[in-house]
Amino acid sequence: MSNAFEDMPKPLPVATETSAPFWKGLRAGEVRIQRCDACEAWVFYPRSHCPRCLANTLTWQTVSGRGVLHTYTIAEQPTNPLFADDVPQKLAIVELEEGVHVPSTLVDAPPEAIEIGMPLAPVFDPTEGGEGVLLRFRPATD
Amino acid sequence: MGLRGEAAIVGVADWKPERKYEGPRVPMLEQIAELARLALVDAGIEAAEVDGLVTPMVAETRGFVPATVAEYLGLEVNFAEKVDLGGANAVGMVWRAAAAIELGLCNVVVCAIPARPTPRDPRPDQPFDDRWIYGASSNSFGSPQAEFEIPYGHLAQNAGYSMIAQRYRAVHGYDERAMAKIAVDQRTNACAHPDAVFHGQPITDDDVLASRVIADPLHLLEIVMPVAGGHALIVASADRAKTTPHRPIVVAGCGERLTVKSPANARDLLETPVGVASDLAFGMAGATREEIDLACVYDCYTITALLTLEDAGFCKKGQGLAFVRDHDLTCSGDFPLNTHGGQLSYGQAGGAGGMSQVNEAVHQLRHAAGARQVANCETAFVSGTGGVMSEQSALILRGG
Repeated sequence: MSNAFEDMPKPLPVATETSAPFWKGLRAGEVRIQRCDACEAWVFYPRSHCPRCLANTLTWQTVSGRGVLHTYTIAEQPTNPLFADDVPQKLAIVELEEGVHVPSTLVDAPPEAIEIGMPLAPVFDPTEGGEGVLLRFRPATD
Repeated sequence: MGLRGEAAIVGVADWKPERKYEGPRVPMLEQIAELARLALVDAGIEAAEVDGLVTPMVAETRGFVPATVAEYLGLEVNFAEKVDLGGANAVGMVWRAAAAIELGLCNVVVCAIPARPTPRDPRPDQPFDDRWIYGASSNSFGSPQAEFEIPYGHLAQNAGYSMIAQRYRAVHGYDERAMAKIAVDQRTNACAHPDAVFHGQPITDDDVLASRVIADPLHLLEIVMPVAGGHALIVASADRAKTTPHRPIVVAGCGERLTVKSPANARDLLETPVGVASDLAFGMAGATREEIDLACVYDCYTITALLTLEDAGFCKKGQGLAFVRDHDLTCSGDFPLNTHGGQLSYGQAGGAGGMSQVNEAVHQLRHAAGARQVANCETAFVSGTGGVMSEQSALILRGG
């Protein structure tokens, strides 16, 4: 593979009609996720149907965005050349208080302080040059 | 219910894995044709007898893959399928072929996975294919990965498997020397296989732990070496197998389980789909774990092999590292594991990597594995893993 795409911008999320409320929530500084009207399962990522019971009636709710670190890795080699300037990448799967798992990255987290189970708080991170906001997490100190 | 043991692997072909491939670049259709020819020669079967075909994706066409391959090979078949299970493809191909044969649809099935470099399209201004950037992740509009993973750098395999290993460490505890021993013992096996890419290069656990950390806690030597190569095999009815030159290797049991595409969405990162797949396979074959003479488990990473040993039932959940410490995993040991070196030390030829594991079981069950032959090898367990422990298949193979 050549290095032809090294100058490409990082890929940004493009909302679908179904997921738009999630991204709109982040821009408003809120974490909004869906809950199934039928079985009350919390749902992430946004879907048209509940992945537990396949009901097609899901309702958006605003949640705290707080959670705990379910697992992580610190990638010393970039996961992709587009992320070379982010090394070491602190990749995480975060378990929100509602139980859903969210792939993200950790910020303001020195490697030695990272521990599975640690409490985390949401960080609303505006994307470079874009109008979007990504959901990252930092150690919750409060 | 299930397979009745009326189909067998009767021919195999293995292209020697090569770290620096210097041969001609040919389209995958040509590679499949050559692999099929070699496997049919091994089986002593003429191409005209082939009436079934299982393919992976091929570079030359996005759709109508089986028809394109059948046409290119000049085959007219009653059963054709393209399997899309990543590293579980090889195992998935074998049981689909065996099932089609037992249904009476066909008699001789070609399964081939090529993984040598293909030629570049010489035409200028070809549309850019972003699969080159994103690999196994989809960046297509509407893809959950494009929206919720790729923007955060959650890409490729290393990070996913490392996150599973970190979770394992937190839940069950960790012994990095035992993890390293998986790579060390398999390297010992590679040293008994002249075709393995790391033949002649034994390592110690210190070497593994001194190798660069790629994604914490996984070191370079716990991660597969990508190579060029390819494998094929022929599955035939038991009746047809009677007159083939080698000992037929009976497909005695199979299982498969798919759950998620990405580890973030797994219900439990440490309870992998190969558990259900293996229970199905053992149950169908009427085999016990104690009966297994050889385990060829998919080993893209040490953690993959570890979790497979646990979930396939060779030891209890959380006891995998103790199991590795307590057993000699080499070809002369008490629990021979990936006797060709595994993909860690034989090499991973792209999507064909998992077929090296099936074919190694065939060589061992034929008692034709040379210096690495496992004594009295009669029953083997083989697993395949696609994605990040997200789609897994299992086989029980027996000498016929």
